[in-house]
This record gives sequence, C-alpha cells and structure tokens, in this order.
Amino acid sequence: MCGENMLIGLAGVLAATAPLIFAVVGETITERAGVINLSLNGLILLSAMGSFAVAVTTDSLVLGFLAGAGIGAAVALVVAFCSITLRQSQVAVGFVLALLCRDLSYFLGNPFMNRPGPVVPSFRLPHALSIDTVTVLSLAAIVLAWVWFFKTRPGLVLRGLGEQPAAAYVRGVPVNRLRYLYTMLGGAVVGLAGPAYSLSVKAGWRGTISGLDGIGWIALAIVIFGGWNPVRAALGAYLFGILQWLGVALQPALPGVPSQVLQVAPFPVMILTLLFVSIGNAEWVARTISRLPLRGRRFLTRALRSLEARPPASLGVPFEG
Amino acid sequence: MTGFKQKFVDAAVQAGALALAVAFTSALLKAAGASPLETYRQLISGSVDSFAEFAYVLRGWVPLILATAGVLITFTAGLWNIGVEGQIMLGAVFTTWALRLLQGADLPPAVVLAAGIAAGMIGGALWAALAGALKTYGGVHEIFGGLGLNFVATAISLWLIFGPWKRPGIGSMSGTEPFPETLWMTELASGHVSPWALGLAVAGIGVVALLVRNTGFGLRLKAVGKNPCSSHRLGIPPARYMMWAFILCGLFAGAAGALQVTSVYHRLIPSISSGYGFLGLLVAMLAAYRALWAIPIALFFAAINVGSIQLPIMLQLDSSLSGVLQGALVLFVLMAEGARRRWMRSS
Amino acid sequence: MNVELRNIQKTFGPVRANDDISLTIPAGTIYGILGENGAGKSTLLKILSGYLRADSGALLLDGRPAVIRSPADGIRHGIGMLHQDPLDFPPMEAVDDFMVGRSGKFFPDRKRACAELGKLAGDFDFSVDPEARVDSLTVGERQQLEIVRLLAIGVRVLILDEPTTGISAGQKQKLFQALRQLSGQGMTIVFVTHKLRDVEELCGQVAVFRQGRLIGETARPFDEGALVRMMFDREFERPHRSRAALGETVLEVRDLSVEDRRLSVSGANLELKRGEIVGLAGMDGSGQELLLRACAGLIRPVGGRVCVSGRNLTRRPYREFLDAGVAYLPAARMEAGLVRGLTVTEHCVLAAGRNNFSIDWTGAERQALKRISDFDIRARPSSPVESLSGGNQQRVLLSLLKEDLRLILLEHPTRGLDIESSIYIWDQLKKRCQNGAGVLFMSSDIDELLQYSDRVVVFFSGRMSAPLDAAGLRAETIGQRIGGVGFE
Repeated sequence: MCGENMLIGLAGVLAATAPLIFAVVGETITERAGVINLSLNGLILLSAMGSFAVAVTTDSLVLGFLAGAGIGAAVALVVAFCSITLRQSQVAVGFVLALLCRDLSYFLGNPFMNRPGPVVPSFRLPHALSIDTVTVLSLAAIVLAWVWFFKTRPGLVLRGLGEQPAAAYVRGVPVNRLRYLYTMLGGAVVGLAGPAYSLSVKAGWRGTISGLDGIGWIALAIVIFGGWNPVRAALGAYLFGILQWLGVALQPALPGVPSQVLQVAPFPVMILTLLFVSIGNAEWVARTISRLPLRGRRFLTRALRSLEARPPASLGVPFEG
Repeated sequence: MTGFKQKFVDAAVQAGALALAVAFTSALLKAAGASPLETYRQLISGSVDSFAEFAYVLRGWVPLILATAGVLITFTAGLWNIGVEGQIMLGAVFTTWALRLLQGADLPPAVVLAAGIAAGMIGGALWAALAGALKTYGGVHEIFGGLGLNFVATAISLWLIFGPWKRPGIGSMSGTEPFPETLWMTELASGHVSPWALGLAVAGIGVVALLVRNTGFGLRLKAVGKNPCSSHRLGIPPARYMMWAFILCGLFAGAAGALQVTSVYHRLIPSISSGYGFLGLLVAMLAAYRALWAIPIALFFAAINVGSIQLPIMLQLDSSLSGVLQGALVLFVLMAEGARRRWMRSS
Repeated sequence: MNVELRNIQKTFGPVRANDDISLTIPAGTIYGILGENGAGKSTLLKILSGYLRADSGALLLDGRPAVIRSPADGIRHGIGMLHQDPLDFPPMEAVDDFMVGRSGKFFPDRKRACAELGKLAGDFDFSVDPEARVDSLTVGERQQLEIVRLLAIGVRVLILDEPTTGISAGQKQKLFQALRQLSGQGMTIVFVTHKLRDVEELCGQVAVFRQGRLIGETARPFDEGALVRMMFDREFERPHRSRAALGETVLEVRDLSVEDRRLSVSGANLELKRGEIVGLAGMDGSGQELLLRACAGLIRPVGGRVCVSGRNLTRRPYREFLDAGVAYLPAARMEAGLVRGLTVTEHCVLAAGRNNFSIDWTGAERQALKRISDFDIRARPSSPVESLSGGNQQRVLLSLLKEDLRLILLEHPTRGLDIESSIYIWDQLKKRCQNGAGVLFMSSDIDELLQYSDRVVVFFSGRMSAPLDAAGLRAETIGQRIGGVGFE
C-alpha cells in the first residue's frame, strides 16, 4: 500500500516536473553553444500566458504548444541579436528581458485571467497510474538532447562551439550563425515549459498568482548543477520536483511549521547543491587541501572534481569571426 | 569627429531608443485595445497633477534611489547583486524587530527610530554578506546565491507575519500590527513623504557618487570589478573587496527596507521590497552606472509607478504596464548603445 | 598548388600590418616567412587561410583568381593553417577533435575515425593517442594532431605559424621530417618563423618581412648576415653579459613540492643571490611556472620551504611576499597584470598602495607623466592600458614596480615584444640587479636564456636539473635537456 502510494507520488513528480525539464534541457542547449539566456523567468511566464491565450482562442492544444515554442524562440532571438550582433552583456540583456517579459505577460494576460481553457488529457495506466503526452515529450527531450550532444556530428560541432569557437571557426563552422540557431532552438524548447504549465500542470492563467514566478531562475541554477549535461540536469530537476512534493506531502506531518516555509525549502537546498558543485573552485579550499597528506589530498581533489560542474569555456564570451 | 558632434550623435541615439520604447509600448496598448495617448496622459497626470501625488512619487523615489546606490557599488565591483531584493526585505525585518523590541521601552521616539533604521541597515548588510560569502568562499555565482536568498527572505517575512509576529487573532497578508503613530517618521505633504527619508536618500546617492569616483577604495573596487586576477597581483585582495561591496550595498538596501517600515507602511508586510531592488538594477543600467544620472532616472521610474496605480480603474489596464515601459526603455537603450558602438564607431 | 598573393593591404586601426605585399609561393617547396614579432607575417597567412580578410588585394591559386572570405572558403580551396596557439578543443578526446568540422554520416563512426587518425599519425611517426583528452597532450602532440587533421581533410597548402615554439627537440625533428616528406609529395608548405636556424635547416626559399612590408626573397644557400640585415635593418650589438656583484642570498628554495591539476614538481632546490639572474628553461607546462608562482606566494606548496631574504615565507599569504619585496610579472599582461579599462594614471594610483582615502588626481597625473618619461612609454596618462602595444604594456608593468625590490620573477619577459623593447626591458632588469635585486625568469627562447642568465635551470615534465653555468653553455645542450636528455 505504502509502496503504491510512493509510486503514484513519484509518477506525479515525473508529470509535475515536465515543464522544468523543458526549461533545463532548452537552456542547456543554448549554453552549450556559448550563449547564456538569462531571461528564462520572464520567458516561461510569457509563453505560459501566450500559449494559454492561443489555446483558448483557437481551442487547439497543439497550436497552444506551438505558440509557446514560438514565443520562446522569439525572446531568444532578442537575446541572440543583442549579445551576438550588438555585443551587449548577455547577463544585462537577459535580466532586463526576464523582468520585461514577466510584466508583459501580466499586462497582456489580463483579459485571459481565470478563464477556463483546454487541458492536456492523461492516459490511464495500470495500478492507478496515469501519464500524459507532455510528460512523455519531456522524457523524449532529455534523451534527444543527450543523443544530439554526444552521438551525432552536429552535436560534436555544438560542443566545440561553446568550448573554443575560434577552433570551430577555422574548421569552417559558421560560429555566429549556429549560435543564433541554437539560442533560438534552446529558447523554443524552454518555451514549451510555458504551455506545459498553463495547459497541463497548472492549467489556466491566473496572472501574478499563477505561481510560476521564480521557476525560470531555478531552471538556470539546475543547468549549472547539471554540469551542462542534459541527463544530469534532468536529474537535478527531478530532485527539485521530489523536494517540492515532499514539502507538500510532509505538511500534515509537521503542523508546527508554517506552510510557507516548507514551500520554499527547495530553494535553499538548490543553493546548497550549487555550493557543492562550485566549492572546488574556491581558493581557500585549494589552500586547505594543499595542507593534507598525500592520500587525503588525492582523494579530496578527486571527489571535488567529480562533483564539479565545468562550464563550456567560452560561455558568455562573444566571438568575432 | 569633434566632441560636440560626438555628443550630438550620442544624444540622438538615446532619443531614438526612447522613441522606440514608446513606440513598442504604444503598439502593445493598441493591441490591448487602449488609446496610447490617453494612457500616457493618465500616467503623467497620475503622478504630477497635485503636490500630494508628487509627494507619492518622492516616497517611491527614496527606496528606489537607495537600492540603486547600493547596486552601483556592487556593479563597480563587477557583481550582479540580484539579491538586493532580499536585502531590502531583511532590512525591513530587522527594523520591525528592533521597533517591536524598543517600542515598550521608555525611550524618545527619535532614538527608537534611529535604532530601528540602524538595525535595518545591519540586517541588509548581513544578508548581503551571506550572498558575498557564497560567492567568494563558496564559488556560487552571485546571481544564483542572491536569488536563492531572495526566496528565503520572502519565506522569513511570511513566516514572521503568519507566525511569531501575527496580528492578534489571525495572521493575514495585510502584515503585522501597525506601530503606534509616535513611531512614524515626521512627514510632509499630508503624510506622504518624510523629509528625513528624503535626506537619507540624497545623502546615500551622494556618498556613492563620491566613493566610486574620488576615493582609493572606489578605484580599487573598480579594478577588482574589471579584472580580479590583475587586482590580486597588484596586491588588492579581490575577495575582501567583493565582500565589502556586498556589505555596503546591503547597508543601502537595508536602509531602503527600514524606511519602508518606518515611513511608508509602519509595519512589516509580505512583499515590502515592492520590486525596488530589481528596479534599482534597471535604473543603474539605464544610467550607465553613473550615480548622478540615476537621480532623475529613478524619479522618472517612480513617477511611472505612481501614475500606473490608477490604470486599472481609469482604463481597465493592468498596472504592470509601468514595468513594461521601464523594461522596454532599458532594453532599447542597451540595443541602441550596442548599435552605436557597432555601426557608428567614430574614427 | 601554386599560391600567388597580389598587393595585399591590411590595417588594424592606425597600424599597417600588411603594406602592399605581393608574393608567389611555388608548389612542392618549403617556403619560409621570416621576420620578428609584429612584422606582419602571421597577418598575411591568416588572410591566405581566410581567418582574416584583407582590405584589398588579390589571390591566385594555380593562376586562377580565388576569393577566400572565411576559413570555410580556405578549406574548400585546400588551404589549411596550423595556428601558433593551438586552435583545438581541450576537453575533448583527440578523436572527437579530429572529427569536428569534417563532413560525413550523421552518426559518426568513432572506431573508423580512430583507425584513420592512428594510421595517418603512424605515417609520420607521430604519437597521438586517439582516446586521450586534448588537454593532456603536450604542445607538440597537439600540433601533430592538428597537422594530421588538416591532411585528413585534404589540404594542399599547409601553413605553419611558429610551429617550433614550445615543442621538444625530438618533436621538432619529427615535424621537420614530416614536412620534408609532404613537400616531396607536392604539398605547398609555408613555414612562418622568427628563428633563423629553422629557416636554415628546413626551408628552400625564404621571404623576409619587416614592419608590415616584404623586404626581400632569397633561396638556398642562405647568407645569415644578409637575412639578419633584412629582418632588422641594422646590425644588433648583442648586449654584453654583465655580471652584477653577487650579494647575500635573496631566495632560498628547499625541497619544495608544488602541484596543480596536471603536474607536480617535487624536491626543488634553488638558491638565488642579490644581483643574480637565473633563467628557467623547458617546454611550456614542464613545471617552471609552478616554481615561479610558488616563489611569488601565488600558489601554496604542498611541502618544502621558500625563504626570501632569510625569512621563511612558506605558505604565508601573497601579501607578505609583496611586503618582503617580491614582484611578479606575468606573461599574460592584460589578464594577470594590468586592468583593461583603467588608464595609466589609474594604474599608478593603484600601485601606490592603500594609504589614499581620497585621490589627488592632479598629483596622480603628474606621477604618471613622470613614469611615462622615465620608462619611455608611448602613451598619455589618460590612455587606457589596453590601447598600448605589448612592449609599452610591459614597460608600464615595469614602471609600476616598487623602488626597493629584492626578488623579481618573470614569465616570458619579452614574449611578443619587438627587439628594441626587449633590449630595453632587459636593460631595466639588469639595472635592478645592480641595485641588489635577484631575477628569476622563465622563457622558451633559448637565446634569451643564454644571453641574460648567470645560471640556467632546465625543467622536464616536473623535474628540474641542477643549475648550469650559462657562460660556455651551448644552445644545443639546453635544447637537448629541454627534450629530456639527462633526465633518465
């Protein structure tokens, strides 16, 4: 009985995390090409609102999802244009867009507040489990991204692009054109997170109380935790989903703790995980390790290095070809 | 190219960016079925029609310019202190805590208020130091450390409002029990803005302007921001300077939070930072990181905020329009600046 | 393939990098391009390979006009370039690096690529492990990988930019052997270098560049004196070795162990006296910079002792090394020395220390002007440092050093500098020695090591030789030791 509840809970996590999966996989694609799209928080809200509006007006789920991807790609295009063509700071542009898109979604979404809209149906599986198309798509996104990165020829070029664009350039790779392409592709995948919320996981559009504000920032942190590997990033996202689920599930058991505290508990946990993957770079750690005897030194260095997340070397650095 | 001509081109580019931002917003308003001209008229008249309304603008300007002053220091050190929101919140929490502690004591109100504001500044600085420690000793990028701490700060203030500090009876989103009027800061213009708060804000931005431009500390901070490795080699420890930048920024953000409690809300409310931290980052970017330019820009932003409050009633538009206009402005100025450097390089 | 360049012009801001260059490179030769740093040789060949675009000029390949606007165009015409700094992908495996940019099946066949890489490398007696990560290879192996990759994509013109910098003597022999073999098969080879010896050993013809202009072309047999005259336009009086009087010990290193992620140096011993200059030789990444950085207090040793002027500073913070009169001049001047975006004046204020609460800008500018004239820096006080040439940046760094230094540590003191600046920099360093400082420097330029050091220490994969007296030491000996001879 308990085991079955557990299973249902985990299946719930799988479904509830689907939007976050799109976000982390999409951003991983973008960052692998050497571009940071920091606008995720606003982008997801805007695509959630936009896709809901399209789905309500056309009564088509498919068009809603396409609209979400389109909005994601459009916002990513602005990031790409500002950072690749105009060479402005990617962080600055991304941050402004994060705020602008958020307010834009609240402003434009006003007429669609609290309207009933279509919801992605789920299929019943044995043992009271169910699954929906969005969850399946999110799992497919993880696998596809991994295969693309590590098994295909264009994926090899993509990895080179973020690592050492000059080396890709001398091999005849059109660096900035591909960076545009991957920024927009990644943006489109992130954009799917919007409809995955507003048409499935948290169906509907409720403006500022949609509960989506903040999720984009979490996604960006998970990409780092995931070490720019889609599978590891997806694991990070599921870990976050489990923590959130535990926050809800444990509430009856801990009446003394206000619900607000349990709801935000995953956020400090995310900081801690980032701390684990980044602390190896800190100067004092190296200093402390250098004091240890040889065996301890080797062990700790190795342990830290296996945890460590190393970004693509040219992440955020513009390339002039 | 002469300096005069160069200035002219710069001004033209800036004006072009402004025009684009207005055009973008107008197109949105058209799409939303509203008349752009009527909306802009509302925005302006809502903020400057009467002295009372302008006092409201000044009331918003105080926390905004303080937050901007703070992030100008962290920007100088090359840091994206997105955690400034949480630092404002913790400032407000510490001030509330100090006032609750001292309000029963037999002290003159001015002393209690001063202690409250000092506590708020310390609270902001502590929260900033935490983000700084995560950055310098934990290797966690300040954007993510700061954001995480923002969430935690929200949780802390919610917990206090609904838990230990809840109003007699049941806690609610309207915040803690208001302080007695003796602990409200002296106010001008029928209770809209405090001259003390204004004075503190003006002093704050003035100090930052001097600090960054005319002190050895400011120059070393700039060096750390531009190249931590070279700075280290020149004998300037980057970690220590970054920590100082965080702490100073936290002092300003904490002061903003303290003034929100002592002169605006007179209690702790759930989202007491009201987005002034994020807005302060935008103001700093739009001012191209120059302290004196931030003063009018922050005033303009505060005016838009006040003017947009009545949009829902007057024109059935969401008040987030102010954020759209502000964001569009910064985005187009960034783009214009990039375009100018890329295609109008003077040589 | 015959390559003909006609009237190539290229400027970078005010600098004429290539001024009306016309050159014909016949197929099947090894064609040398000789000139000192900044003569414009790399620029010209980057234009030929498509990495840079010329402002004007034409290109003919086998007599037919060709347009090359990007490296992709270059590759299409069969032109490949081995860049001076390896343009590869450090965290990838060699075979993946080998495959990037090659067309083929959507799902590449790694096994076949491994076999192909192994076979091609075998043809030239190169030793590249296909499964090794690129950043674990030596500079020479990375170069071999790149050459093999260029051959695999079918280049018919192979350009090599300063390929003998940073590789061992053995690897150099293999490289030259391979180039002769390729040239015999009809490949056009362009060999860019500033080393006369390389030209004499390898090239059939040579073109000499100076200050962006083509000065002349000659063929074998070469007249060394004539080449030097063409390169420099004057005879250089080789600055004579001057020994300052040696004083007490300024640096003492005992049984020092240092390590980073790639390499560890253990049991290092060294003693440096006031007035003495010791050079550290070795391929890049053999441990010299670890020792230098440990002596500067920039990295903490895992064992042993570092004493400066008798004070044990082992594991003390960098600050205390600075206070003890240690200075460190990095090779990466803009990354680890100067601050991009700050002016010369601002650097003077920064270097003045921490006792200035408010800045006296007028006084600071006067200070800057004085240093500019004292050190013959071509800049204004308000010039941002990144706008200065490499030589002037190095002069700024020197001018920022404190008056009373005990120990000056340098990485590649004259890398990338023109000969005039190099001589100037060394004059300044020798002056410092006469005033009682000790100088410890690393360099990959054997001539520089022999010219200026009193003693030379050679590093080979983390081990160091006993100090060799520089007087009477031959370049060949150092070259062999750098390549590992004597380290068995």
